[in-house]
Amino acid sequence: MSAEELGFDPSIKKKKKSKDVAPVSADSETTTVASTEDDDLFSGLKKKKKKSKDKKDTSEEPSADVTDDLSESFEGMKLKKKKKKKVVAADIDEFEKQLQDAGIDESIVNETSKKSDLIPYSQLLDRFYGILKEKNPELAGGQQQKLKIPPPEVLRDGNKKTIFANVQQISQVLQRNPSHLIQYLFAELGTSGSIDGEQRLIIKGRFQSKNIEGVLRRYIQEYVICRTCKSMNTELKREAANRLHFIVCKACGSTKSVTSIRTGFTANVGAMKKKRV
Amino acid sequence: MSNIENLKSFDPFADTGDDETELTNYIHIRIQQRNGRKTLTTVQGLPDEYDLKKILKVIKKDFACNGNIVKDEELGEVIQLQGDQRLKVMEFMVEALGVKKKNIKIHGF
Repeated sequence: MSAEELGFDPSIKKKKKSKDVAPVSADSETTTVASTEDDDLFSGLKKKKKKSKDKKDTSEEPSADVTDDLSESFEGMKLKKKKKKKVVAADIDEFEKQLQDAGIDESIVNETSKKSDLIPYSQLLDRFYGILKEKNPELAGGQQQKLKIPPPEVLRDGNKKTIFANVQQISQVLQRNPSHLIQYLFAELGTSGSIDGEQRLIIKGRFQSKNIEGVLRRYIQEYVICRTCKSMNTELKREAANRLHFIVCKACGSTKSVTSIRTGFTANVGAMKKKRV
Repeated sequence: MSNIENLKSFDPFADTGDDETELTNYIHIRIQQRNGRKTLTTVQGLPDEYDLKKILKVIKKDFACNGNIVKDEELGEVIQLQGDQRLKVMEFMVEALGVKKKNIKIHGF
């Protein structure tokens, strides 16, 4: 995963997937229309059957079963769209048989069932995906809701200090402890700093917004993104027993250990150097 | 049974070869801000088999910068260079020293 796909606001790069999605959604109007037709057809069918049943009271047990089955499948349809296609396709044949058994006039029924057969597969598929996307966006093609990370607000405080205004907000979006993020920032930038009264981070040294952004990207890649599923919905947990940090993914449930933040070598510069010597 | 070739073709528990547990000693290249626009580049964690003095000599000439070797108690010898030489140092390491790129980590902004 390249750094550009990390989901920062300024570089609004759409994922490839979103392109694929577009044509389908454009078709959604037609599909919804088709779907309503579809439902109407079936509901009509059901009513007709009941009427016919009323007419002929002669041992209609099979047909009654069928209606029950169908109505059940219709109710289930609204919840589980996936099943619906299979169930209907399979049921229509059975249904017709049982209708014949019941001795119901087939001419009307046949008409409707033929119509329903005529709905092209692609349309049904479109409809299925449309509904699935509406109700269960997570299942539809794995299109994840992209985490929007606000761009870092970086101000200059005088000549030698930099204010990073929205650390708290960013760490909240990333579901990380702000102190962890700050620790990483300081280690990477090789400086120190403090937090002021308004929960802003004051960094010693001059840094620009893009500099901080680059470091943030690396932080996200190292400590936020799940290595297994690339999800950003993760948690950083510290195991008390072995003092290791683990990324726990909330999407796929995987855990992976991450290295602790190390400051590394920092040279003493300027006044400090003179003091030491 | 052991004659059946199909059954002994694959051992799922065998090592896959790319073992990530192998300790890779990263070379860290960092940058530090000094007064004003000036910066300092530090190279930490070079393997012992390299002669730091010679490397420094070549680097100083190639990059037209000054530099020195600092001895740190924990981290061993560290090369310090004047200015932002991070990318140049990395290229140099890969080409002249034959260090693998994945073993180099560049820090800083």
